[in-house]
Amino acid sequence: MDGTLALDLGWGTILAIKTLIVLAAIPAGAFILGYVFLLKMMSHMQSRLGPMDPGGFHGWFQLVGDGIKFLQKEDIMPAQADRRVFAIAPAIVVISTFLVFLVIPTGPDLIVKDLEVGVFYALAVSSLSVIGVLMAGWASANKFALLGALRAAAQLIAYELPLLLAVVGVVVQAQTMSLQGIVGAQQNGAIFGWDAIGNPFILTQFVGFALFLVAAQAELTQTPFDMPVAESELVSGYMVEYTGFRFLFFFIGEFGTAFAFSALAATLFLGGWAIPGVDDTGLANVLGPLVLFTKLMFVAFLMFWVRFTYPRLREDQLQAVAWKYLIPIGLANILVTGALKVAL
Amino acid sequence: MSDERASEAERSRASTAERAAAAGVSPAAVSEAMGEVDPSIYRHLADAQMNVELDTGDMILNLGPQHPATHGTLRLVVRLDGERVIAADPVIGYMHRGYEKLTEVRSYPQITTLINRIDWLSSFANEVPFIHGAELLMGIEAPPRAQYIRTILTELSRIATFLLFLGEMGLQVGALTPAFYGFRDREHVLNLIEAATGGRFHPNFNRIGGTKDDLPWGWVAETRNTMKVVLDACTDFDNLVAGNEIFEARTKGIGIIPGDVGAGYGVSGSNLRASGVDWDLRRDGKPYLVYPELDFKVWTHPDGDSFARYWVRLQETREAARMVIQMLDQLPAGPVMAKVPRIIKVPVGEVWVETENPLGQMGYYVISKGAIGPFRVKIRSASFSNVSILPWLLRGVYVPDVITILASLYFILGDIDR
Repeated sequence: MDGTLALDLGWGTILAIKTLIVLAAIPAGAFILGYVFLLKMMSHMQSRLGPMDPGGFHGWFQLVGDGIKFLQKEDIMPAQADRRVFAIAPAIVVISTFLVFLVIPTGPDLIVKDLEVGVFYALAVSSLSVIGVLMAGWASANKFALLGALRAAAQLIAYELPLLLAVVGVVVQAQTMSLQGIVGAQQNGAIFGWDAIGNPFILTQFVGFALFLVAAQAELTQTPFDMPVAESELVSGYMVEYTGFRFLFFFIGEFGTAFAFSALAATLFLGGWAIPGVDDTGLANVLGPLVLFTKLMFVAFLMFWVRFTYPRLREDQLQAVAWKYLIPIGLANILVTGALKVAL
Repeated sequence: MSDERASEAERSRASTAERAAAAGVSPAAVSEAMGEVDPSIYRHLADAQMNVELDTGDMILNLGPQHPATHGTLRLVVRLDGERVIAADPVIGYMHRGYEKLTEVRSYPQITTLINRIDWLSSFANEVPFIHGAELLMGIEAPPRAQYIRTILTELSRIATFLLFLGEMGLQVGALTPAFYGFRDREHVLNLIEAATGGRFHPNFNRIGGTKDDLPWGWVAETRNTMKVVLDACTDFDNLVAGNEIFEARTKGIGIIPGDVGAGYGVSGSNLRASGVDWDLRRDGKPYLVYPELDFKVWTHPDGDSFARYWVRLQETREAARMVIQMLDQLPAGPVMAKVPRIIKVPVGEVWVETENPLGQMGYYVISKGAIGPFRVKIRSASFSNVSILPWLLRGVYVPDVITILASLYFILGDIDR
């Protein structure tokens, strides 16, 4: 496919550009979600204004200021900490988020690498972050951190499965695991023969979409599944001993991962960068990122809406939700999808 | 059931040394057997006056004294097996301010300033029993209007306290938003208290023989409006928190206090009524203020779990708002101060006054030897007895439930430590 950005550059230059863009995307995404949802939406839901002064317009500079503040803070390490593990842990959390972005398409040509097994890869690397969390909890030499890390591990194991099962339905319908292929399948598909807006999988895989959101909420350790951080019980769990720029890394990791999962959900279920019902405009490479961003913000809105509204489940209740409800529903969804796929 | 628990407690209290000596083991062998345990935990154990069993592989977790869930400086030393609590021991006293002793070197009018700060969320309600006790000793009775103003302000402070609880409980269960609603709605009530008394937290408005001032102009109409706001807020909390499935899953069947056990530990107030004990000093105690003239319902709940405690407080907030409206309708005219000597000297005598405060039963035992200050004051505060049930209640629950149980018991640290 010849896009509008088909410039003739050497592979080294292209690699550098891609790396820079992905490196910039994570903090930028974390910043946008943090500002729009954490600072502003939550404040308005709680009948307050949130930051209004920094930067002039509705306190947009607040998070940047916070970031600068974190950078100049003292780097404190607990005396009994396992120093090397303690130092590496936040980086692993952030790196797993970086890796997810490699396969998310933002336009016909705007993708770092269109892997054949894109979805598989994205879900696999996203669960790497739990290793960082476990390392952080263990190395902190703090009981609250340890409890938090163990909770995170148990939770991620339980919710990896519903997440995969939710995506299997999409893969069955699209007949490909490549994310670019899934976007194409939604754009060119048809719902029982009606093809005016293609086939955004949110319409045919709505069960999968709901499952994906719930499981993603657990993967992101957001309320109602935020036991690993559980501010009122574990005083922030595995992050409790972290300060300064290492804490900033965790913060970026948290919101960057939310950004990545929203982008993934938007790609899998909402048609990704393509505009439903509009075929190639020739500007897809320019409009694509904007379209994807709009869809992504919608998904993120749903996630954060739940996060700021619901109380937290208990650890055993969380496992019960995963094994008793989400996994059977996910399996049934695959069965129905498969049967319909064969029958039609 | 309770016998079984008691014997278990006995066993866990048998000290290491005794057990080791009984088994004929030398101290060196004991420390060898404990080799795998981090020795630093013994420091915490010593602090908590808790003793450790030989076979322990459990984790000791210090909740507090600086932990967000203990809203203040309560310290809980819990012994955990995984996430299950084996034993919990509350350590109190980090905020002890010696108020009982301080009252001995203050004159009666000065003491209200101190007792304001016992339960700082409903300070006005703290003043009432003490002032009432002093009036009883002196044989003075405040005029009816003053009594009504006192009762209204007491109920307002009950509303303020409970509104905060209704939001705070949501926060402890993990929902951020209700806490802000709680603070927001309490603000309306605090504004009323401020308008009448000049103080938001520490009104210091009671005088022996009446109140400092009459109500300001327009206050009655404003209060009526605010009570509507409070009733609406209760509906919000009913839908947002009490009606939430996750909240129910987290609180129903958790931290059950049977009525007789609760009463045996001295638990009082809403916590006891949530266990099905129909006991309210406003109705059942010695008559005080204007409660005998009011028509109100005492709410109880049969379950005794964390949800019941939330539910009872929710209903009591509504009931208090209705009582305020009722009192505004009946508010008599007249003076707000009785005739009182310029220098207050209380005749020789002793008196015990107890009232139904927002947190439970609060009582003052005042002994006077005829001086300008009391000879001795014993303060019975509700939270102190309410948290005494924690070691019994927390055994066998999970760590997240510790937090919900703590939140649902609703104690104020100033009320525990005094």
